[in-house]
Amino acid sequence: MTALLHFLNPAKTFKHGIHPSEYKDFTKDLPIERMPFVDEYVLPLSQHLGAPSKPIVKAGDKVFRGQPVAEASGFVSVPLHASVTGTIKGIELRHHPTGKMVESIVIERDPFSPQTLYNEKQLDWEHLSPPELVQFIQSGGFVGLGGAAFPTHVKLTPPKGKTAKFFIVNAAECEPFLTTDHRLMLEQTDSIYLGIRVCMKILGAEKTYIGVETNKPDAISRLQATVPSDLNCEVVPVQTKYPQGAEKMLITAVLNREVPSGKLPIDAEVVVNNVGTMAGIGDLVRFNQPLIERVVTVTGPGIHRPANLTVPIGTKLSDLLAYCGGITDDTRQILFGGPMMGAPQVFLDVPVMKGTSGVVCLTEELIRPRHEYACIHCSRCVEACPVFLNPSRLGQLARVKRYEEMINYHLMDCVECGSCSYVCPSNIPLVQRFRVAKGMIREKQARKQ
Amino acid sequence: MITAIGFISGLSVALAIVLVIANSKLKVYEDPRIEVVADYLPGANCGACGLAGCRAFAESVVEGAVKPSQCPVGGAETATYIATYLGIDAGEAERKVARLLCAGGADVAYQVGTYEGYSSCRAAAVVTGGSKACTYGCLGLGDCFDACTFDAIRMSDTGLPIVDVAKCTACGDCVRACPKDLFELYPVSRCLVVQCKSQLEGDQALAQCQVACTACGRCVADAPEGLLTMENNIPVLNMLKMELQTPIATYRCPTQAIVWIEGQQMPELWAKTDFAKPKQEHVH
Repeated sequence: MTALLHFLNPAKTFKHGIHPSEYKDFTKDLPIERMPFVDEYVLPLSQHLGAPSKPIVKAGDKVFRGQPVAEASGFVSVPLHASVTGTIKGIELRHHPTGKMVESIVIERDPFSPQTLYNEKQLDWEHLSPPELVQFIQSGGFVGLGGAAFPTHVKLTPPKGKTAKFFIVNAAECEPFLTTDHRLMLEQTDSIYLGIRVCMKILGAEKTYIGVETNKPDAISRLQATVPSDLNCEVVPVQTKYPQGAEKMLITAVLNREVPSGKLPIDAEVVVNNVGTMAGIGDLVRFNQPLIERVVTVTGPGIHRPANLTVPIGTKLSDLLAYCGGITDDTRQILFGGPMMGAPQVFLDVPVMKGTSGVVCLTEELIRPRHEYACIHCSRCVEACPVFLNPSRLGQLARVKRYEEMINYHLMDCVECGSCSYVCPSNIPLVQRFRVAKGMIREKQARKQ
Repeated sequence: MITAIGFISGLSVALAIVLVIANSKLKVYEDPRIEVVADYLPGANCGACGLAGCRAFAESVVEGAVKPSQCPVGGAETATYIATYLGIDAGEAERKVARLLCAGGADVAYQVGTYEGYSSCRAAAVVTGGSKACTYGCLGLGDCFDACTFDAIRMSDTGLPIVDVAKCTACGDCVRACPKDLFELYPVSRCLVVQCKSQLEGDQALAQCQVACTACGRCVADAPEGLLTMENNIPVLNMLKMELQTPIATYRCPTQAIVWIEGQQMPELWAKTDFAKPKQEHVH
C-alpha cells in the first residue's frame, strides 16, 4: 500500500505555485570550470542583508587572497576578504547591482602572484564548541548563497528558548536557467556533507533533509549514494515547481509544517540553508578558505558560450561576459539571479557579489510585452500564490495607493516570488506593485518611530 | 383609532423628554471657536502641519499648542485671519516651496538603458533604478506628479517634474514620494540652490550628466566665507548665514549645477508647461 502511494505521489510539495519553462539545458551538463583571474576586482562593502562591513585596509596596501579587508560592523554583518592577491587601488564609489553607487574596495591583481590561499590549513573543527564554530563562520564572511545573502551565522544562532530540531538544506533550485546548485551537488558532494556536519553540530539538530527538485535525478541519486552512514540525513525529492526553493515552501513540502505568519522558520523548529553555503562551509573547514569565490551560472540564449564558472567575488560583469564569448547582438536584458526574482542590470561594471547565483542574458523573444490590461478577475493569481494571498485584490488596492488597507490583506506575508505576475493574462505588474507597497509601508512605520 | 393616536403621541412625548434630559446630561462642551478656525483652514487634510488633519489642527490652535502659521498650505493670509479671530500671535513662518535637486532631464543626462517595467519611480528604484547613467538623479516616471494633491507638479518634455511656485503649498507629499530624495522644502527667500545630488566628482560625474556638480569647489571659494561648504562632493548651504547669499557663487560654475532662483525654478521649462490644462490621470 505504501509503495503504491509512493508510486502515485512520488515527490512532496506545497500547494499552489507555477510551472515555468526550465531552460536548464543550456548549462546543466557543463562541469564547473574555474575562470582565470582578471586584473581588477570590486568588493562592495554592502553585499549582504544587514549593516555594511567596515574597511580595515587603505589604498596602496598589499593583500593576499583570503585575507580580511573589511570587518563586520555588528552581529547581523559579516567581514569581507580579498578575493585575489594584489594591491588595494582605493575605496571608492562604484556601481552596485542594486543600481546605486556604493563604497567598494577595489583590488588590482598582482600578475606575478601564484594566488595561493592566505592561511591554508585544515581546521580541527570537531574539537571546537558550537559558539566557536559560529564565530568561525562569521569571520569566514558567510552569507546565504541562494540569493538573499542573509548572514549564515545569524541563522545558525537560534534565539534563546528556541531549538532547531530539523535542518533543511535547500537544493531545490527552482529558478529557471540556474544550475549552480545542481553542478555543486554532482561535483562537491564531500564538501556539502562536511558543511552539513558542522551545521548539525552547531544547531544540535536531530535530522537533516536535503530538498532537491525532481528535475535533477542525477543529483538526487548521487547525494543518496554518498550519504555518510553516521549522518542522520535524508535526501527528499520535491516536486519541480516554482517557488519550491522559497524557504517557507520547502519547509511545507519536506516537513508538512507551516511557518506562522510574521514568524521565522525557527518558530517551526527548522533552520534552512542553501546547499551552496554548505559547500562553502565545507571548504572553510577543509582549507580555511573564507567566502572569496562562488559558482555562477552564465546562461541564456544571449550568451555565446554558456558555462558554470567558479569566479572570485568581485569579478566584474564585463569580464565574466567576455570570458563566456560575449553576448549576442539581440540580447535585450542581463539579469543577476534567475528570471523570476533576479535584478536586471544597467551597468556592465557591476561586480559579482556573494549572493549572485547566476547571470542570465535574455533575448527579445523571452521578454514579455509590457502592455497592461484591466484585471478580468480570472483568479489565476489566487491559484498561483504559494502563501494563499489574494493578489488580485491587493493589486487593485496598490493601484489606487491604499497601502494601509493592504496590511489587512496580509501583504507583509508576500514572499515576492513573482508567481502572480507570471500567470497574469492581463500583464498586471502585481509583484512589482507589492514591492513598492511594502517599501512605502516600511518607510511609513519607520517615520512613526 | 383614538387609542392608537393617543398611544403614539404619548410615546413620542415620553421619548422627547428622554432625549431632552439626555441632551442636557450627556452634553460634551466644545469650544465653538474650533468650528470657526476649521472653516478658515484649507480643508485639504494633507497632514503637512504634522497633525492628523485640519480639524485636529484647529483644536490644537484653539488650545494654543501650535501657532496658526504652522499650516503651510493656508499661508500667511489664513494665519492672520485665525490669529485676528482668536486674538493671538500668528507666529512666524516663512513660506516654503518644494525645489527639485536635479536638473538632469533627458536632454542633458546620458541614458544607458531602457526601462520598460511598471511605470513608477519607486518600482524602478527597486530594480536597479531606471535608465539614466546617473544613479542619483530623477527617474522621471512621475511619482511626485501622482502624489501632488494641489496640482502643482507637471512632468516636462524632458522627464523632469516642474513645480509651479504659485500653487506649491509645501505640504511635503512629493518629498516623501520621491525614492531618490530629490525634493526639498526651501524657504522662498533661499535663492542659491544646488540642482544636483551626485556624490561623484570631476570627470566621473560629467560622464553621467552634462549638468552634474563636479565638486570643483569654485562656488565655495567665491561665496562669502562660511556660506557654502563641500560635503560628499556637493556644496551645502549654511542656513544660519543665508542672508549672505549672493549670485556671485553661481558665476563660475562650469555646469550650472548651482543656480540663483528668484521665484520659479527652471523658468524655461515652466514657461512651456501648461498648468491650466486639467491634470490627466496618470495610468500605471
